[in-house]
Amino acid sequence: MEEQADPIFEYAPAPESRAVVRLRSSYELFIDGEFTPAESGERMATLNPADEEHLAQVSVAGEPDVDRAVAAARRAFEGAWGAMPGAERGKYLFRIARILQERARELAVLETLDNGKPIKETRDVDIPMVAAYFFYHAGWADKLDYAGMGPAPRPVGVAAQVIPWNFPLLMLAWKIAPALAAGNTVVLKPAETTPLSALVFAEICQETGLPPGVVNILTGAGATGRSLVGHPGADKVAFTGSTAVGREIARSVAGTDKRLTLELGGKGANIVYDDAALDQAVEGVVSGIFFNQGHVCCAGSRLLVQESVADELLERLRARIERLRLGDPLDKNTDIGAINSAEQLERIRELVRAGDEEGAESWSPQCPLPEKGYWFAPTVFTGVTQAHRVAREEIFGPVLSVLTFRTPDEAVAKANNTPYGLSAGVWTEKGSRMLWTAERLRAGVIWSNTFNKFDPASPFGGYKESGYGREGGRHGLEAYLVHAA
Amino acid sequence: MTRETREVAVPETVLPPDPAASNTSLRALLHGLPGVDEVGAKERAADLATRSIKTGAKARAIDLAIRMIDLTTLEGADTPGKVRALSAKAVRPDPDDPTVPSVAAVCVYSDRVAAAAEALAGSGVKVASVATSFPSGRAPLEAKLADTRLAVADGAAEIDMVIDRGAFLAGDYRAVYDEITAIKEACGDAHLKVILETGELATYDNVRRASWLAILAGADFVKTSTGKVAPSATLPVTLIMLEAVRDHYAATGRRVGVKPAGGIRTAKDALKNLVLVNEVAGDGWLDPDHFRLGASSLLNDLLMQRTRLSTGTYPGPDYYTLD
Repeated sequence: MEEQADPIFEYAPAPESRAVVRLRSSYELFIDGEFTPAESGERMATLNPADEEHLAQVSVAGEPDVDRAVAAARRAFEGAWGAMPGAERGKYLFRIARILQERARELAVLETLDNGKPIKETRDVDIPMVAAYFFYHAGWADKLDYAGMGPAPRPVGVAAQVIPWNFPLLMLAWKIAPALAAGNTVVLKPAETTPLSALVFAEICQETGLPPGVVNILTGAGATGRSLVGHPGADKVAFTGSTAVGREIARSVAGTDKRLTLELGGKGANIVYDDAALDQAVEGVVSGIFFNQGHVCCAGSRLLVQESVADELLERLRARIERLRLGDPLDKNTDIGAINSAEQLERIRELVRAGDEEGAESWSPQCPLPEKGYWFAPTVFTGVTQAHRVAREEIFGPVLSVLTFRTPDEAVAKANNTPYGLSAGVWTEKGSRMLWTAERLRAGVIWSNTFNKFDPASPFGGYKESGYGREGGRHGLEAYLVHAA
Repeated sequence: MTRETREVAVPETVLPPDPAASNTSLRALLHGLPGVDEVGAKERAADLATRSIKTGAKARAIDLAIRMIDLTTLEGADTPGKVRALSAKAVRPDPDDPTVPSVAAVCVYSDRVAAAAEALAGSGVKVASVATSFPSGRAPLEAKLADTRLAVADGAAEIDMVIDRGAFLAGDYRAVYDEITAIKEACGDAHLKVILETGELATYDNVRRASWLAILAGADFVKTSTGKVAPSATLPVTLIMLEAVRDHYAATGRRVGVKPAGGIRTAKDALKNLVLVNEVAGDGWLDPDHFRLGASSLLNDLLMQRTRLSTGTYPGPDYYTLD
């Protein structure tokens, strides 16, 4: 891409102001309604992945802190929160949702600083969706009799929740909103690299006057997560993250009476038939793999395109990718932001090297990467076969693997030939073929002529190694409710 | 495997159809184009509308938008005096500021072409005339051809014709095609803009098909609307037309222009259109020869935003001429 070839209309920098965010130099744990230091005094730093700037110190919760948080959650469950009528719980959730909207701009900027994703996405997708999940579940709080679990279903108790770094506040909303609506209390651990928006959420809990102990936020790394999900005081464990960690959690929970939901990795297929609306299919493929730098568990990381239109589609796709604007995540015109961490960047590089070595052909637009920070250019692999690592392993980055097919049967066989089963997209203008394909795909969510659409009313979750349990909608409530006796 | 080159009798049906061969072959061609997903097209247009154009980029875009305007008056009450006033404004949009560029053209009814041509002589601003029984297009072909020829004879350098939407919606693509080629011939050297009246075409698939039909029939520009039917130029429609000219250019090397018209009133609307051009068709279209904005009140808003960028304050509407 020759930027200089376009002097008529090169967009000037349009940075969103950072002034709406007042970063503190350090943040404590949020336990029993108060901010409190970790007993060990241990701290860790969180960085802006776009330029490696040090943002703040946060506490690292250890076992005594997990004990305190779980005990606080238990007291709240057996006390004020457990006894509260659903309609009253709903009022707290509505209040949280409204404050989230009021502070939307601040949260969007903070999320972009801590995560590296473009402000366009935090402003237009993440934060509005966070508020929507709280509004939706607030409405359920006094209607649980109609959740399909018999009259007066009961909450499970104390939920231990561990969330990933790709959608920090949105994943918090997916976990906390249904848990609270159903009458549970929670101890939540945000990801090591993106703790800040969860701590601002803790402030919002204080602001709403939520009873102490209903929501507890413990920052930390893997060890904190392990002691949280392994804590005997937790009745329910909910985890979103990698399949490797999910397996470990499943093992640690096995043999206990804890309930478990896992939302893990994916290797979603975007199937483009030859009669698809090609320009919109290109948009769907781009959003499927480059939205949020490909840090999306349900990303459409495999493009399966019918051979008869493969060349035409790829030509359009490359032209479109050349238009993507990579750079300062706070610039309102940025389409692709930074990779979240040095560790993740290394994993992406390793898998891309493997793709090259295995003989797939990689292509990237000419796009200069910023010198500081963690960056990876959008990459498309063609000539990929089912046996290549880039077709089988979750890369969790802006890397698309392109495979072709000749018949609908072949498309379905290839799409299902993966240990995962989280998402898929189907592109065809023919309704019967759409339904035929969707019926045969083994994936938790199948998008028809679109991709990456989320709604609080729609259940989300996977097949096979993509996990079990559903989040969102009526189905998502089941994870936090016990059938009436 | 080697293959011998030899004469083979190929059945007629495997050859690509001559576009003008018959209604059937035109139908096959137009319905063989990739479909347009309405939700996806709207989403893409809405996404591009969030682009933030600031400072130097905004200043350049505003001047480019002014240079792309077809300053339009299409009222039953139009007089030669009104046309002269509009022409003066077209040449020098801001009497107080000679750095403001002229617009591309003045667009009038065919019986006002002579007045416009006289007022614009030597200015570089072109005269565009609507013809073919604008806006409905419901008149005998002979009348449409005469309308066109007279406008050209009076000095119109550009003709904005309307297609026969009735024939198009009835699937009589051949009739639409033939009418465009006949008008094109009547235009002589004048450029032909073909108005699709997308507000009456009902689907985005039809917008794409009508764009291709007009392009194949020889249009120099495809234009969204007459401005007399709601909705007129919407961003998704302009997006689809830009895709059509982009794809046609890739296939043939001929660059057809696009003109959204109607409903573009603010500088912000104009900038959104330029972003579409930039990101969908590419910078080859960022030129008055290949992209126009059919508008009237838009010009004053562009002038106001231009002054605001250079002075930091809004002068207020009374400082700009109403014509």
